[in-house]
Amino acid sequence: MEALAALLLRDMRLAVRVGGGALVGVLFFLIVVTIVPLGVGPDLALLARIGPAILWIGALLASLLALDRLLAADHDDGSLDLILTGRAPLELAVAVKALAHWVTTSLPLVIAAPALGLFLNLEPGAIGAVALTLLVGTPALTFIGLIGAALAVALRRGGLLLPVLVLPLTIPILIFGVSASNAAIVGPVPFGAPFAILAALTLMSLVIGPFAAAAALRHGLE
Amino acid sequence: MRLSACDLVCVRGDRRVFADLGFHLDAGELLAIRGPNGAGKTSLLRSIAGLVRLAAGRIELAGADPELTVAEQSHYLGHHDALKPSLSVAENLVFWARYLGTGGMRPAEALETVGLATLAALPAGYLSAGQRRRLSVARLLAAHRPIWLLDEPTSALDAAAQARLADIMRRHLAGGGLILAATHGPLGLDGTRELVLGDSP
Amino acid sequence: MGLIDLANPSRFLAFSHRLLQALVPVTAALFAVGLYLAFFVAPDDYQQGATVRIMFIHVPAAWLGMMCWTVMSIAALGTLVWRHPLADVALKAATPIGAAFTFICLFAGSMWGRPMWGTYWVWDARLTSVLIMFLMYLGLIALWRAVDDPSRAGRAAAILTLVGAVNLPIIKFSVDWWNTLHQPASVIRLGGPTIHPTILLPLLVMVLAFTLLFVTLHVSAMRNEILRRRVRTLRLMQAEAA
Repeated sequence: MEALAALLLRDMRLAVRVGGGALVGVLFFLIVVTIVPLGVGPDLALLARIGPAILWIGALLASLLALDRLLAADHDDGSLDLILTGRAPLELAVAVKALAHWVTTSLPLVIAAPALGLFLNLEPGAIGAVALTLLVGTPALTFIGLIGAALAVALRRGGLLLPVLVLPLTIPILIFGVSASNAAIVGPVPFGAPFAILAALTLMSLVIGPFAAAAALRHGLE
Repeated sequence: MRLSACDLVCVRGDRRVFADLGFHLDAGELLAIRGPNGAGKTSLLRSIAGLVRLAAGRIELAGADPELTVAEQSHYLGHHDALKPSLSVAENLVFWARYLGTGGMRPAEALETVGLATLAALPAGYLSAGQRRRLSVARLLAAHRPIWLLDEPTSALDAAAQARLADIMRRHLAGGGLILAATHGPLGLDGTRELVLGDSP
Repeated sequence: MGLIDLANPSRFLAFSHRLLQALVPVTAALFAVGLYLAFFVAPDDYQQGATVRIMFIHVPAAWLGMMCWTVMSIAALGTLVWRHPLADVALKAATPIGAAFTFICLFAGSMWGRPMWGTYWVWDARLTSVLIMFLMYLGLIALWRAVDDPSRAGRAAAILTLVGAVNLPIIKFSVDWWNTLHQPASVIRLGGPTIHPTILLPLLVMVLAFTLLFVTLHVSAMRNEILRRRVRTLRLMQAEAA
């Protein structure tokens, strides 16, 4: 529908124009990847072994911390009110917003991951596996995060509450994302099994996320 | 077209904002909602717009599209202007025209009507409060819906802009529209019916 | 012509235009000389072969990255203490340039590291400190973009710059200490135990060339920033006039 296309375009334009936007997320990702060796030590063999996990945790934290931009800005300036009175179904409207958020916030993380893999001394095969699992898994992080964003939308001092709500829900995605990456590197479990589960979780979140978020927004109305 | 409401009760937190409220409004009529702050003017408008849940009561719209809810046939103009500062004036307006998608004036014409045509390419962040309000009024024109729910529409507008708004409202009513406006001051239109809120039940 | 005379943006624009006309050819010439010396005159290293020539890019870039933060700190003091009108313009213009030089240093170091250590990156003290400085540059750029009003952004950035200036030596110290805890088997000595004159001269020429490049870029960036602020003011006037 033309309304949803307009919403997608607007959200993507805003993400690009408003100061920093996607690049701050990538910067945060880079910082997380930097501080792990500073905590753990520069042993390259160790870093290569835990590399996929570091990249996944960094991407997870970076996409969570950007979540409050998803709905709170529209709530504060009255745009959310108008979106609620639109004729497009609310479920589709929030799904479109989540899609725009994923493209402008999470996709840059996926693109940055291979470069960061070099910092962690990962082999090209490992880098490819991590990038692929991130590509498939990060939409799930965004769409589940959408639920938390909808629940917390009216809160003035969201702060850490939003990540606290969402992190437990994203644990399965983290587990299967790292599993699949490690399976590609070490085996013995073949890459396909955890990867298929990861893909299934993402598909589920694409459906559950918008419905739960729309319900949260409606119930959150005073 | 007739909008009727009966036995409306609104509760916010532990406070009963209004109770046993009822009114009706026909096409071409303007209802001014008056009352002190906190009396529930905003809550009433927002409940018709579907943004606030009513504890009790019914709102019905007769003579309109039965497939759509009352909220989907209203255009809400609240305290906030729903403007994105980093988008231009024209981009903001075109977006809402497309999203609320019910036809109306072309965005360029709407900007002309409210006197913002020269600023169409300017980022909306540079606008003054009065200019933002005028852009919101342009939105009413560009995304046409029969019921207008206006919350303090004249705030931040100078005398000339208020006169222009009164004109725009007159034309909307002449075209068969309905307007509910919460306001403290005069709206500049004759024959306005009033609904006064504020005496605690 | 003192600093205070240049405080007027229009005068600065006129002065910098003439300055750039002189600077650009001199910088280009210095680079030509320096690169020729670096790639054709300086000898190969007995251990590393020809890849040691990356040092002629890597070392000046590192030095410029650090010098830039010093320049920025002076500009920050100019903003907060002396209230020089163009100080925050100087600060804003310098930040991306410093970030770029630091990135060149990291990238060249990485390219150098691949044949030497077999990996694109190693967490040794020097590289890690430079990486952290790079992250601080990027953070400063993010802060500039986050605040709309240029003068408020300038004051916030000035504070962060000065905090960074104090912190960078502390970070360097702690990273050095961290590295001694995890001392790798071999300690890489860059450039050999002493700096031979045949290496020193190209290195100095390249450092000078990079420094002039920094000045050229900085002055150009300041001009751009002044013009950008003029556009902003014009837009504000346009909105008020309507």
